[in-house]
Amino acid sequence: MTKAKLMALAIAAALGVTHPAAGQTQVQTGGPTGESAFNPGISLILNGTYANLSQDPTGFRIDGFVPSLGEVGPPNRGLSLGESELVISANVDHYFRGTMIVALTPENEAEVEEAYVQTLALPQGFIAKAGRFFSGVGYLNEFHPHAWDFTDAPLANKVFLGGQLGDDGIQLKWVAPTPFYLDIGVEAGRGLHFPSGPDGGRNKNGTGAGTVFTRVGDDLGTSTAWQAGLSYLSTSALDRGYDDTDSTGTAVANSFSGKSRLWALSGVLKWAPNRNPTYTNFKLQGEFFRRRESGDLTFDSGAATAGGTQTGGYSSTQSGLYLQGVYQFLPQWRVGYRYDRLDSGTTNIDLVDSGALTAADFPVLAVYNPTRNTLMVDWSGSEFSRVRLQLAQDKSRSDVTDKQVFVQYIMSLGAHGAHKF
Amino acid sequence: MRAVVKLVTALLFASVALPSAAAINIFVCEPEWGALAQELAGDKASIYSATTALQDPHRIEARPSLIARVRSADLLVCTGAELEAGWLPLLLTQSGNRKIQLGSPGYFEASQYAVKIEVPTVLDRSLGDVHASGNPHIHLDPRNIAKVAEALSERLAQLDPQNVDAYKARANSFHGRWRAALARWELQAARLKGVPVVVYHKDMSYFLNWVGMREAGSLEPKPGLPPTPTHLADLVERMKREPAKAVIYSAYNSPRAAEFLSERAKIPSLMLPFTVGGSDKAKDLFGLFDDMIGRLLGTIK
Repeated sequence: MTKAKLMALAIAAALGVTHPAAGQTQVQTGGPTGESAFNPGISLILNGTYANLSQDPTGFRIDGFVPSLGEVGPPNRGLSLGESELVISANVDHYFRGTMIVALTPENEAEVEEAYVQTLALPQGFIAKAGRFFSGVGYLNEFHPHAWDFTDAPLANKVFLGGQLGDDGIQLKWVAPTPFYLDIGVEAGRGLHFPSGPDGGRNKNGTGAGTVFTRVGDDLGTSTAWQAGLSYLSTSALDRGYDDTDSTGTAVANSFSGKSRLWALSGVLKWAPNRNPTYTNFKLQGEFFRRRESGDLTFDSGAATAGGTQTGGYSSTQSGLYLQGVYQFLPQWRVGYRYDRLDSGTTNIDLVDSGALTAADFPVLAVYNPTRNTLMVDWSGSEFSRVRLQLAQDKSRSDVTDKQVFVQYIMSLGAHGAHKF
Repeated sequence: MRAVVKLVTALLFASVALPSAAAINIFVCEPEWGALAQELAGDKASIYSATTALQDPHRIEARPSLIARVRSADLLVCTGAELEAGWLPLLLTQSGNRKIQLGSPGYFEASQYAVKIEVPTVLDRSLGDVHASGNPHIHLDPRNIAKVAEALSERLAQLDPQNVDAYKARANSFHGRWRAALARWELQAARLKGVPVVVYHKDMSYFLNWVGMREAGSLEPKPGLPPTPTHLADLVERMKREPAKAVIYSAYNSPRAAEFLSERAKIPSLMLPFTVGGSDKAKDLFGLFDDMIGRLLGTIK
């Protein structure tokens, strides 16, 4: 027999093999029929807020840090609709699973938050993902806002990840065959958003941002479980712009070009008596971020000032953290407290050191350590509905304290979602 | 970066070089399937149960340790019928284990092999946490256990063909003992026929159905929702008009609501093990039904 003939026979034989699980006998027949029976799982998340803010949210900024251009400000004062999320997911076949999450904004825009495929059948514990997805950097970043324990993101996530970092790219993750949980993941992305730049990604071949992360987790006794993670995000920005006001009060457009490197250390610990969270449970969660940026800072790229556009070296080392605890004290009731603190660290601007400009020309970058204290209490009517009251004292701005009151509802309709640990 | 690559390579080789254990790794979602797998596979399997009898199987966190266990499982045995909808999908997608994905021989859903009761005719979340394909707590009808055992034994033989004879022998032995026990239980429980009881959650329905007992109400106002004061007050009133013989609840339920009703309505409250491990006597599936029936007979005179 020729080699080609053998190969042809082998292929024919392989094609004739029935799927191993196809032969199983099942007692029940019937159930859904027709084309729509294969519709993917669909769920819709509705949310809305009432906000009472002592400071004007349109003037929101986090002093000491380069604006991250994300949706980081508080919601509008008064009553407003939040983002409605439409989640559609299903197995494509036995190799792939697809998920899409579209946010419909109150401004009547549709925003693709995530749209990715992931593998189901790679060997040796590998999982690959491709498309647009929330990065595995840190802990909270992978969670959609409806699964957050507070109405808004921690300050650290706002300044370092633009609130929530999603990118177009690929992710490869390996789950180790260990008795405890261990994974290692790498991501290569377009660099669609801050800390990459410009917004939308650079016009170049190759990748714009890279992330490496590892997570380890296990049980502790019969009531506690934990997970810790370390991640590193590296990207290089080109003309990543932000707006500022110089010492004469002239509005200027500045931009940064250079390397941005972010380390994130995260931990979460959950306690529930006998691992039954139905009645009472407690969750402690915290993250620490540290970012180094180095490159060039361009002052007044639009040449609005008398001195015109000037460029000089720039470097900064900044950090921030949050720590939060949420306690369910009755079956439907939870209380939570969150502490936020950022450290604007050290920033070197050559244009200031050389005397060409003064520190007063870069007020956004002035040394300041923002803090915030947040309290919340929420009630869940069922697994599918939640109403929350949140109070916060936000010292993101160096000159004022924003006293915030939020009332929020989060409801989910349709397919039963599953939430990550 | 080089160090990372080295580490990954080392771990990869470690994973390949790990001595292939003789036993097949079985991950079960609930203890009853662990006990059944133990009966059918014996020392041929190493079994890990995701939950204990003290946990509500609807509300489980997809803990890292569970993902790690699923990662190295050869066979996953769960109830299905959306009982684990809040956590099992994550264990599947996060584990990176292709052997136990839906549609693979390593994926076994017990509820597929039982005729489900309480299949809702109207599906709406205002009715509580109802399951579209019917009540998922199928294991409390011992006749279902026999059906699942048959299918599970076949699956074990399919996954581990070298030990086909051992699985056959174990299945025969189990079915023999189960038939005898079933006859005994039906005789013992005959006295319970028609007896009305209040349940906590609709997780005892298969048991009540099999024994022929009557559900006279539930502490939960709607499936999956915690008891409310108004609903409990209504139940107290209803018990005055048509008293039930007992208030029964599972090992994972808080006894408080049952005790409240018990005191006000002057009917005994009774904890039932619900699954293997729920009481000292419920050490295996035989002990589970012995204790379920024993406790009921002891309380309902």
